[in-house]
Amino acid sequence: MSTTLQPASTATEQFALRQRSPVQRVQHLLHSYPAISPFLVLVISFVVFATINPRFASANSLSLVVQQVAVIGALAVGQTLIILTAGIDLSVGAITILSMMVAAKVAEGGGLPGVLAVAVGICLGIGAGLFNGALVTRIKLPPFIVTLGTLSVFTALGLLYSRGQSVQASDLPSLLNWTGESFRIGQFRITTGVVLVAALYVVVGFALANTAWGRHVYAVGDDKEAARLAGIRVDRVLLSVYTVAGAIYGLTAWILIGRAGAASPNAITDANLESITAVVIGGTSLFGGRGALLGTLLGALIVGFFRSGLSLAGVDDQYRVLAVGLLVILAVAVDQWIRKVKA
Amino acid sequence: MTTPVLSARGMVKTFGRVVGLDGVDLDLYPGEVLAIIGDNGAGKSTLIKCLTGALVPDTGQMFIDGQLVHFKRPQDALDAGIETVYQTLAVAPALDIASNLYLGRERRRPGFLGSALRMIDKKGMRRDAGKALADLGIGTLQNMAQPVETLSGGQRQAISVARAATFGSKIIVLDEPTAALGVKESNQVLKMIREVRSRGLPVILISHNMPHVFEVADRIHIQRLGRCAGVVTPQTHTMSEAVAIMTGATTVAETPGRA
Repeated sequence: MSTTLQPASTATEQFALRQRSPVQRVQHLLHSYPAISPFLVLVISFVVFATINPRFASANSLSLVVQQVAVIGALAVGQTLIILTAGIDLSVGAITILSMMVAAKVAEGGGLPGVLAVAVGICLGIGAGLFNGALVTRIKLPPFIVTLGTLSVFTALGLLYSRGQSVQASDLPSLLNWTGESFRIGQFRITTGVVLVAALYVVVGFALANTAWGRHVYAVGDDKEAARLAGIRVDRVLLSVYTVAGAIYGLTAWILIGRAGAASPNAITDANLESITAVVIGGTSLFGGRGALLGTLLGALIVGFFRSGLSLAGVDDQYRVLAVGLLVILAVAVDQWIRKVKA
Repeated sequence: MTTPVLSARGMVKTFGRVVGLDGVDLDLYPGEVLAIIGDNGAGKSTLIKCLTGALVPDTGQMFIDGQLVHFKRPQDALDAGIETVYQTLAVAPALDIASNLYLGRERRRPGFLGSALRMIDKKGMRRDAGKALADLGIGTLQNMAQPVETLSGGQRQAISVARAATFGSKIIVLDEPTAALGVKESNQVLKMIREVRSRGLPVILISHNMPHVFEVADRIHIQRLGRCAGVVTPQTHTMSEAVAIMTGATTVAETPGRA
């Protein structure tokens, strides 16, 4: 394409050609690449924590951080999809626990074989996601209300079904514990669960960035009516997002069994808020339509870095809670600021 | 007599107790530009929304090439080859220009990447989006990866118009396409309307701008209080007569024009 730059003749054209101030340039850069700010926070926190306590940067400690982050990181993938459509999912943890307890109970003490138990867990997640999606698209309820309701419903079902009792790893087929097995890459200890989470990020990240479905997810979150008029079946896209998210939670249930070494109905009580925190710190807008999965990964790692770094620095764990809270506020403030970008 | 490309009979649309359309008939013939004019609240936008599947009429029938059709959603009208530029522009602000142009009909990459991995052809779509905009004479937009929210109202409108011109295969509907445009860009859009007509595609144009309407329209459908107050042509009626019918100062019966 040929560009012909004519000399600016009018005052507005002069204005259009003005130099941008450094602050505006930063604003533009962040607008184009929203993952920059979480990336900077990640790098700075790494350097600071490694300086305070060199053990933080050791392969052992970093491996542990990654293993700790894996479960919330996986749930945050589903949460990202839903937040991109301008929704929110408060039932993340409840669906995961329900899927996990059912998968564990059906396999307990030589019940169903491991493969079927895993499949049951994932199918249950899909069903729960489909239920959320149907309430959002068919009955047109706001996602916040739907998932607030199903948070209680699925939590109660999980507790009732399991009678509030945990299932120990020793009573489970080996496939269910497989996600907790680890191997070494150099100094680093990696679990199969971590590998699964990494694969999840690659697959969903690819779908979001490179398929028509991904475009439609962004378009629906950005402007629902515009998407509808452009011929996108908005309800179908939303239903698919809640269903895929449900499948991810079902898969995470399996990863959680491996990580915890048991299926306990009282696990990951903070999953809802922690997954939303990872998404928001990662620069995805709560108003929908902008953000990227890479940011969520960085957001989840940042939370993990703060937990490990502050504990190795010997400070009270409440300082981590405080710091993460401040980061969330900062991240949303930055998001509001970069949304005001001008041409 | 030729069969109308699009024909609507007895279109009624109510919003609660508000009557949007009160039994409107409309015919669009091959290769013509049909303008729809009317005061605010006359039902212009409601009419075209019913014709393009954005709204579903309460009663009334629609025919495309003489075939009865029922549009339940915008996708149905798009599938029938009806492309619309809405007044609200219907663009997704955070998506880039090329993504907006191809929204809802993304092109896949050839071969394995496209068929199995469903990968979209970002580069190709950007290149062709640039071509489509250049064809419309819009040279100020160079970067097709630029998010639409960084553009001016006129530039956004240009993207909407380019989308319609690129994909319209049967009918193009334009709701106030020049409202946010400057003189130069408006002339480009009028030129585009004539080009589309010369390709044989009929155009429905809604506009408040009487000089524009009289410049390009073959026939003018005058909408008043939810009904069609008459259909005139730029040859039979003057601008002030059309405005008088539009505002109810006179009727087509009282002012038959120079037939």
